[in-house]
Amino acid sequence: MAKYWKSLDGNTIENKDSKLEKISSTNRRDFLKMFGFGLASTFVLSRCENMTHKAIPYLIKPEEITPSMANYYASTFFDGDKYGSILVKVIDGRPIKIEGNELSSISQGSANSILQASVLSLYDDTRYRNPQINGADTNWSTIDNQIVEQLKKIKSEKGKIAIISQSIISPSTKKVITDFIKEYPTTEHIIYDPVSISGLLEANEKSFGKRVIPNYQFDKAQVIVGINADFLGTWLSPVEYTKQYAKSRKVDEDKRTMSRHIQIETGMSLTGSNADERIVINPSEEQNLVATLYNYIAAKLNQKELPVSTSATDISKLGDELLDNRGKSLIVCGTNNIETQLIINAINQLLGNYGQTISVSRALFTKQGNDVKMADFINNLDNYKGVIFYDCNPAYDYPASKKLSEAIHNLELSISLSTIPDETSVLVKYICPANNFLESWNDFNPKQGIYSLSQPCIHPIFNTRQEQESLLKWSGNNTDYYEYIKDLWNSEIYSNTNRVFDFNDFWNISLQDGVLELPENPLNVKFNYDINSIKLTEITNSGLELQFYESVNIGTGKYANNPWLQELPDPVTKVTWDNYAAISPALANEKKLKTGDVIIINSTLELPVLVQPGQSKNTVSVALGYGRTVAGKSGKDIGVDVYQMISAKDYRNYALSNISIEKTLDFKELATTQQHNSMEGRDIVRETTLEQYKKNPSAGNEKHKEIEEQHQTLYEKHLYKGHHWAMAVDLNSCTGCNACVAACSIENNVPIVGKEEVKRAHEMHWIRIDRYYSGDADNPEVVYQPVMCQHCDNAPCENVCPVGATNHSSEGLNQMAYNRCIGTRYCNNNCPYKVRRFNWFDYNNADALKGNLHDTQNMTNDLPRMALNPDVTVRAKGVIEKCSFCVQRIQEKKLKAKLENRKLNDGEIKTACQQTCPANAIVFGDLNDKESKVYKLFNQQRNYHLLEELHTLPSVGYLTKVRNKS
Amino acid sequence: MSEISTREPLIKGNKSLTNITDDVFNPIVARPNKLWFFGLTIAGTAALIGLIAIVLTVWKGIGLWNVNKTIGWGWSITNFVWWVGIGHAGTFISAILLLFRQHWRTSVNRSAEAMTIFAVICAGLFPLIHMGRFLLAFFIFPYPNTRGVWVNFNSPLLWDVFAITTYFLVSLIFWYVGLIPDLGTVRDRMKTKFKKVIYRFLSFGWTGSAKHWQRFEIVSFTLAGLAAPLVLSVHTIVSFDFATSVIPGWHTTIFPPYFVSGAIFSGFAMVLTLLIVARKTMNLQDYITLNHIELMNKIIILTGSIVGVAYLTELFMAWYSSNEYELFTFINRATGPYWWAYWIMMTCNVVSPQLFWFKKLRRSIGFTFFMSILINVGMWFERFVIIVTSLHRDFLPSSWEMYKPSIIEVLIFVGTLGIFFSLFLLFVRFFPVIAMSEVKTTIKNK
Repeated sequence: MAKYWKSLDGNTIENKDSKLEKISSTNRRDFLKMFGFGLASTFVLSRCENMTHKAIPYLIKPEEITPSMANYYASTFFDGDKYGSILVKVIDGRPIKIEGNELSSISQGSANSILQASVLSLYDDTRYRNPQINGADTNWSTIDNQIVEQLKKIKSEKGKIAIISQSIISPSTKKVITDFIKEYPTTEHIIYDPVSISGLLEANEKSFGKRVIPNYQFDKAQVIVGINADFLGTWLSPVEYTKQYAKSRKVDEDKRTMSRHIQIETGMSLTGSNADERIVINPSEEQNLVATLYNYIAAKLNQKELPVSTSATDISKLGDELLDNRGKSLIVCGTNNIETQLIINAINQLLGNYGQTISVSRALFTKQGNDVKMADFINNLDNYKGVIFYDCNPAYDYPASKKLSEAIHNLELSISLSTIPDETSVLVKYICPANNFLESWNDFNPKQGIYSLSQPCIHPIFNTRQEQESLLKWSGNNTDYYEYIKDLWNSEIYSNTNRVFDFNDFWNISLQDGVLELPENPLNVKFNYDINSIKLTEITNSGLELQFYESVNIGTGKYANNPWLQELPDPVTKVTWDNYAAISPALANEKKLKTGDVIIINSTLELPVLVQPGQSKNTVSVALGYGRTVAGKSGKDIGVDVYQMISAKDYRNYALSNISIEKTLDFKELATTQQHNSMEGRDIVRETTLEQYKKNPSAGNEKHKEIEEQHQTLYEKHLYKGHHWAMAVDLNSCTGCNACVAACSIENNVPIVGKEEVKRAHEMHWIRIDRYYSGDADNPEVVYQPVMCQHCDNAPCENVCPVGATNHSSEGLNQMAYNRCIGTRYCNNNCPYKVRRFNWFDYNNADALKGNLHDTQNMTNDLPRMALNPDVTVRAKGVIEKCSFCVQRIQEKKLKAKLENRKLNDGEIKTACQQTCPANAIVFGDLNDKESKVYKLFNQQRNYHLLEELHTLPSVGYLTKVRNKS
Repeated sequence: MSEISTREPLIKGNKSLTNITDDVFNPIVARPNKLWFFGLTIAGTAALIGLIAIVLTVWKGIGLWNVNKTIGWGWSITNFVWWVGIGHAGTFISAILLLFRQHWRTSVNRSAEAMTIFAVICAGLFPLIHMGRFLLAFFIFPYPNTRGVWVNFNSPLLWDVFAITTYFLVSLIFWYVGLIPDLGTVRDRMKTKFKKVIYRFLSFGWTGSAKHWQRFEIVSFTLAGLAAPLVLSVHTIVSFDFATSVIPGWHTTIFPPYFVSGAIFSGFAMVLTLLIVARKTMNLQDYITLNHIELMNKIIILTGSIVGVAYLTELFMAWYSSNEYELFTFINRATGPYWWAYWIMMTCNVVSPQLFWFKKLRRSIGFTFFMSILINVGMWFERFVIIVTSLHRDFLPSSWEMYKPSIIEVLIFVGTLGIFFSLFLLFVRFFPVIAMSEVKTTIKNK
């Protein structure tokens, strides 16, 4: 088209042309320059963004290591208190998870939360990295020379040396100590337990001449009576006892019987919350009640009674029940009072329980502490020249902290063999850091005739050395401890076997299995103690009483620096990251206290109150294991230390009488994961009584059938052509112990959020255990319900996600595509079960933006990160996450079956929660397999779905709880 | 005709056509008074603070808010629904009232529409920033991509995206089209060259020819026809966010009409709040007369009563359904820990508008202003009650939680108020607040 002039003045084409020329002054060379620069800078910048990580393959691949494939090694956990035979999952040379060993009759495949979480202690940032003299790093030869010199000097002066330790169940370690004592004959080995049962051991010695814990068999008892013994939570061997307990209480349509459990206790313990009947007493009433019970039974059996006034609590019904079940009952008591334990033994003897529900032939050795000896040692500290603290921390967990810390400074030689800095190790001169147990060789003898081994699953991360090797070295023995154990097994254990294999094979098999269980030699003990020589304490008015108890999560406090454990809610109270003074609702009313109010006990102990239904009225219960002063970030100054309040006169007494409490104006909010305790009359947990269940297996679950019939839909049902994954949870077995919560968090890299975030209801657990109270607030009934994603076939979360980040798999899984999620939280709102968790902050250092890490417990540091499971994605800030039915485990086993060209077997896939459950309450499987366990459970009349009236069609079924009420 | 003559005139003060142009044009060229600068400073500061709070949220995470595992939406979505509701009056006035040939709308429609647009801008901000991954918010649009992922058309949240963007675009175009003749007037009268250029650009070469007017009318009515159903659909779809869920207190079929009438109710209240201030400070008493205010108050009685009936129907249905969760939710609303929010809502939205049955109160400027604030507060609490009290105690008591906003959440809300008022103040300064051309038609009628 022709260009017309607009005007003649100035605005000519010529002018325009000159402008054009200017613009196109860029010539070819310039263009190439710009182009080259652009290309180069794009290349350089893109190089800056993506760091190259080189993966170098093995030149010669070790036979058993395939990168990214897990190996399991049998090993053993024993921390001087709790024993567990374990399997350690190792990927690419890193131990990442601990599971129970199925071959062990003690663990039976399960592990409690402490055992599982202990893998993080291997990667504890605070661990000693080198031996230290007076706080300065040194090398092993220097420290060894100095120590040996000092030891020899003390020996020549005939000065006393003490090795202080917790219980030791390793035959080889015991021999190492004996060798040491041979070299330095003035050495004494003193054993104490932070939570002592010395009274029980002494009582047993008096009753039947053996200072051991007998083998309690809860599965053989029809009537179980626990008196202030939290045997499902903390007492002696809780995993084993839970296994037995659950076994005796499983019901199904063919077995409509179960044991009856009566718990007599002060505070609401995990065990008490599971009891069919719970009797509330004050600690001071305990002995009197036990004696009255004895008298009741003795009277009926025409035996001599004890001269004691009758207890205010009526025990006649209990006594009758026990008499009806002679030889099929079991009474256990957690007290450290020798007289009470003697009466307990006498009752069990009267009822003929020895040889039936209690045996001595498989005696338990996990607690050997001697309170009297330890008290003597503390009182005569000045007489000692040298003390070796063997993997123990008495400056914290023995009630003589002040005395001990003063005395250690005056010692000529003080050595700690601790792996991490603790209250005791910071006081001593020589620190000879021991290996973590996952880096060590050792052997164990937890029970008569049962042995196990531990093997290193990783090369020692730091410049540490096993404590046994240190002692061997100082005794002048340069043998490798591994050889030492092997020699001992050859000479002492192998000889007791039937010697089918030669020793090397025997050793390899034992090592591979992790356990060696020799046949049980029946051992009949004679009960020979004159009950009438017992000196009973007169019951007096004890005023307000304080009871100390071991926390299920934190235990004795050794693992206080473990954020996994700190963030686990207490099974009963659901409080995390704290201890507190549990008081009864009645006392709270009387003193005008509410949860969170800070009180001062005996003018020294400042604690927030927790109003605990079921707490005995005039008592206060406080957990041990908190208030560490020397620990890492997660343990230091969390809660308050109460070990120092325990009276340590001869036998440690875990109760105090006549305490005073004083209300302050302070308020300290507890970080609780559940705020509401009542089920509000909704049929969330359906329950029935055994009596009704016997008549009608669908008792308490009548609604299920009705709702099933009413399900209607316009839409087509999902077709599951291959598998249809489902899970059944037996509410009658579940004890609420939290092991599944720990397992899930460890397996699925669930982030730790810290106390402040838990207070804001931002905790991340994929599985939670709901706990509801019902009935009388002074002594309520308790139910537990594990709630994980229900993997609904008709999931409300799926249709509301605008981007389809959560969707349904062809196998019935409700799955999350984390990298598609934009974080609207609509799915979370619309989930009736509220199981979805949102990444409120960048907890994992996985966010695209920098400088916004929210890692309160240093879990993203290089070392703790080693515990992450490489099979599970670490989630970024702003996405929703939730239970996946452990899809990585499903895929692993499916692939394995495919490679082996066979069908998947039922029970082959185990989710993390199911794998560890000590009560075997969780069953996972394929609903399309009509022979599967889960299919059969789904067709039990006890089965129902949570909120099934909503037509969400969950893939999780619950089996009603059955109470054995009289 | 006699009936009309007995009515009050729509515009007072015997204005000539030139008077009207002067009255509307002068504020645009005059130097604004101190009050305007003062207002803009406050609003601008609030907007800036809100912006900082938003940047912090995007950077650090939604953890800066107090929403939690149980209550996934707190103030953010409350504010979203509130702002969307406010954004209903403008288009209602201009589109629906235009179709119904309500001439009184001409004095208020311009500013009401502007308000709508600003309110929708504020509203649209919340769904964006409440996302955990703001930077990936574009995932929500169905754009072709090589990854083979697509949005989920079952999700009401996706419907929201379409509903709100459509509503925003149609409202914006409708408003702008309405502005064109007036912008032409402003251009013609503008003395400064720079401003003239800008207004020339903005007025799209409007000459006022008969052809232009004809096209203008066609476009206006077409857009009005398009916008009218949108007024009803936007809040209907917003209500689907709740109505299609399973949460007791949300899962209700009454929500669409209830939300729409609530939205118009709150929208008119906000229009009143703004106009009462604007007419006073900008001397527009002759254009926005008591008559206008009274007419709007009548709409408030109507919509307020619908809302009231909806509340009562909800209560009745909760009881009548014999659904224990539903019943509990409503008892909990009225008597639970958030009882105060429920009763603020009831008082402000149900009881107080009924006072407008008295003509004296309906025609009282002071009282109307007070009421408009009250209704805005009440309607904010309505959304808060629906969202928070339904979520905080739903099916499983183990998950019951409490929620109170964090300072960041409050600041973001304050920030949107700041954005809203800043935009409104800029609008009254640079655009003709009264639709001159339309007002002039009402004079001719007289």
